[in-house]
Amino acid sequence: MKLLTANFLTCAVKGCKAAASSYPLHFKDAELELQEIDFQPEFIHNIIPRIDWEGLRVMANELGFPKIPDLKPEGDALNDEQTMRDLHRVLLETHVMEGRLCCGNCGHEYMIKEGIANFLLPSHLV
Amino acid sequence: MASNTLVPSQQEEDAYEEENVHQVYQQIAHHFSSTRYKPWPIVKQFLTDLRPGSIGLDVGCGNGKNLSVNKDVFIVASDRSVNLARIAQAHQPHSTVVADILSLPHPNSSFDFAISIAVIHHLSTPERRVGAIREILRTLKPASDTVPGGKALIYVWALEQKDSRRGWDKGDQQDRMVPWVMKGTASAGSEPQVFHRYYHLYQASELEQDISDAGGYVLDSGYEKDNWWAIAMRPGPKSS
Repeated sequence: MKLLTANFLTCAVKGCKAAASSYPLHFKDAELELQEIDFQPEFIHNIIPRIDWEGLRVMANELGFPKIPDLKPEGDALNDEQTMRDLHRVLLETHVMEGRLCCGNCGHEYMIKEGIANFLLPSHLV
Repeated sequence: MASNTLVPSQQEEDAYEEENVHQVYQQIAHHFSSTRYKPWPIVKQFLTDLRPGSIGLDVGCGNGKNLSVNKDVFIVASDRSVNLARIAQAHQPHSTVVADILSLPHPNSSFDFAISIAVIHHLSTPERRVGAIREILRTLKPASDTVPGGKALIYVWALEQKDSRRGWDKGDQQDRMVPWVMKGTASAGSEPQVFHRYYHLYQASELEQDISDAGGYVLDSGYEKDNWWAIAMRPGPKSS
């Protein structure tokens, strides 16, 4: 699972949606893998305005990445190729292959296997 | 209204769909996938028309055939079947998770678009079908004075399909078990295997009614080759 994907995920439990602590989810025991894909500056440029930057920073920090800018790049910064390449690597090329995603509100943990997170809930949480 | 002989009691709905929809797709995933490769024209058009950088969902993505249409947007696809989600994972730059349409793992009011193609007809009661649409609408951005709201394209199988090989039409039973036949391979013997999936076949204007019951607004709707489709939005300043 890409970090870009994780930016658009939260707890599947209905009651957690309104709770601020349910977002972002927290990775546990994450095994990372780098999967290179072609750098598409336009794609990154268009996607960045839609990223929840604080959510990305929290996740990247928990995974031990040093290089996320404090503030979301805007204006001229979106034309800086090195910044865009760094974000391409973090958002699209960094995959969590195994591990868990944990909700900070209810504590439920979702398994990630072979790069796919499973959000099916046990019946008592539906 | 259609007879409800196939439809289970409230408590058993989960288990019923587990047996008659989810387990079947798990078992037929690869064969099903090999027969599903071409996006339908209106789905293709809807996805092609999106602005680059749009973020959306493909709820019940199956093998991900609709993920190949537009690589300038980002789609978080989901399916109830782990086996289908694994097949769909191949479509870069998009991404796939395993999730249930009634409990989607996405924040409220966040997405520019969603598609749910040939999925909602697998839910076994009117409440669950409306609930599924409500869950999709929940994830869409509401319209404001400055930003257009998110749009969801929903497709369901039509009862009115008298020219199809099934031949069903208005007045026929809406809740059905539909066979999926997997021919045996030479190495595994020649006995074909038959699986049955539950479907609720939609009649004219029923999809629009379900969207309305889910609190949505129908922007456009129509019929395309044995299916009813509609584009739904959350009610916003322009529709109220």
